[in-house]
Amino acid sequence: MYRYDEFDHQLVGERVKQFRGQVERRVSGELSEDAFKPLRLMNGVYLQLHAYMLRVAIPYGTLSSKQLRMQAHIARKYDRGYGHFTTRQNIQFNWPALNKIPDLLEELATVEMHAIQTSGNCIRNVTSDQYAAAIDGEVEDPRIISEIIRQWSTFHPEFTYLPRKFKIAVTGHDNDRAAIKLHDIGIVIKQNELGDVGYEIHVGGGQGRTPFIAKKMADFVPKAQLLAYLEAVMRVYNMLGRRDNSYKARIKIMVHETGEVEMRRLIEAEFAKIDASQMLAVPPAEIDRISAYFASPEFETLPASSDVLEAAKTRDADFARWVRANVVAHKQDGYAIVNISLKPIGGVPGDASDVQMEAVADLAERYSFDEIRVTHEQNLVLPHIRLHDLKTVYDALHAHDLATANLGLISDTIACPGLDYCNLANARSIPLAQEISERFADLDRQYDIGELKIKISGCINACGHHHVGHIGILGVDKKGTEFYQISLGGSADENASIGKITGRAFTEETIVDAIETVVTTYTDVREGGERFIDTYRRVGLDPFKERLYAE
Amino acid sequence: MAQHSSKGARFQAVTANRLSDGEVVYLTPDNQWAETFAAADITDGPEAGDALLARALPADFELHVLEPYLFEVLQDASHFKPASVREIIRAAGPTVRLDLGKQADAKRES
Repeated sequence: MYRYDEFDHQLVGERVKQFRGQVERRVSGELSEDAFKPLRLMNGVYLQLHAYMLRVAIPYGTLSSKQLRMQAHIARKYDRGYGHFTTRQNIQFNWPALNKIPDLLEELATVEMHAIQTSGNCIRNVTSDQYAAAIDGEVEDPRIISEIIRQWSTFHPEFTYLPRKFKIAVTGHDNDRAAIKLHDIGIVIKQNELGDVGYEIHVGGGQGRTPFIAKKMADFVPKAQLLAYLEAVMRVYNMLGRRDNSYKARIKIMVHETGEVEMRRLIEAEFAKIDASQMLAVPPAEIDRISAYFASPEFETLPASSDVLEAAKTRDADFARWVRANVVAHKQDGYAIVNISLKPIGGVPGDASDVQMEAVADLAERYSFDEIRVTHEQNLVLPHIRLHDLKTVYDALHAHDLATANLGLISDTIACPGLDYCNLANARSIPLAQEISERFADLDRQYDIGELKIKISGCINACGHHHVGHIGILGVDKKGTEFYQISLGGSADENASIGKITGRAFTEETIVDAIETVVTTYTDVREGGERFIDTYRRVGLDPFKERLYAE
Repeated sequence: MAQHSSKGARFQAVTANRLSDGEVVYLTPDNQWAETFAAADITDGPEAGDALLARALPADFELHVLEPYLFEVLQDASHFKPASVREIIRAAGPTVRLDLGKQADAKRES
């Protein structure tokens, strides 16, 4: 894991002190709300429906047990005993008092974490693949370059007042688990014919009001030139991105309006200038220094299978189902990747209590080389568990209601906080996720339905990724009442696609029945082992529409 | 300023969030900020609504509350209640955590 150097410590420490002074001046009346609001947002402090909300960055989704324990401590001391993991690998606290937030941030800094650049029109938390350095077939651990990008983008003076927020995601694997094509910049680590490692760059993806899949801008940017290339993209956007209309200010709109060819030309012209200056060439020694923080754990030499595991699966059918659904093959023989679902049946997607966080931290410390990952699908991962420890880990998770065996299934829903918490929301998201998981609670039915990603947003800002749900649900407001629009066929993986709206919206009372109609239509028309998304791509929207809107 | 009331709204009240902790508050008939909707001053007619909001905007309130706004209230028999789901949730707390927010405080007090 990366450890802060003296500069990181100094930057974060100074920022906490600065924010403490700003809060004091706001409370004393020296600062108006108009003056204070942008300052609090730069420190991740939002005002929501019932209270302030603090968003803490979890860089590229990696936490140590000490860091996760700190989240539990913060939840208990400054909040109401829980935190909410978001679709951008952040954690949000829903109830902190403004005048306590500087103390909270000071404690957070002791575990090398902060809330800087989790809001505002700047480069946000860099996100990545939750299976980094654990999955087979990876070109390189994506967290190395993510950390370099984090350092480059933190307090970057030129990019502090962008036209709009800016999100970067990185994957080192062909199977994209980081939704890189839905980001302002998506990076795929590649190896060329010569064996050199470089970066394929996608620009202009995003969701919100106007969703776009990112366009591939560069096939292969060599390692030492990555920051120069990223700086070129940022500079072009910063100079030419729209500032007259916030709905049109994201780089996706600029790419769309400028056109892919012209955009590429602008970026390459800027890149040539920056590259020639050598200002941003990353020295190989620095890359090596940062790589060393992410050195592979010292795995034991173990057989590829475990008799202990097989015997436990035979004895305990629930455990066997959990292994089947939530455990993924590891690159190292004798190890496995464990997914911890934060979607218990009837629960709040992405929420974890202080006690649950501590339980996961304990397991990570004892069984997973002290590492926890946070996924953009609002789950947690223990990346390196020995096969013969799986049952012990499962039993401990089960004791804390953390062993729901539903990864990637219909009840593993992404949902934004929605109108239960969010100041921007038009409708509630969480109750729908709860009702859907209760409707499909039977795990055998879920396994029969297979991989099906439902994603729910409570407004058009699309924090719940509804555009890229196999089934997407968007909450809308009609004269103070909630309605829900369905879209089908979205996907956030390497074959990313934007879902299509089925037709008129459903009421709170009819939406879950409508989802069931979509699911039964799929199971009726699927062929062979087709997943929902495969069937949709074969048959299109019509069979679903016919059933949904049959009189 | 956010719009949470319609042109045709008859009954309205003013709400805001408290500066110190973000708590939802309502402007009362004696120009205080109260934590419960039941204590809110409710006006009848659009002009009375505008006057109510004007009372919430003096600079000294900036020291205590954030972004006051008018929202629509409906009369149900002899009771008033917020018209929108949003304001019902603000007045009570998250519908998915009945142990939190004003609804939990009310339960503890009863």
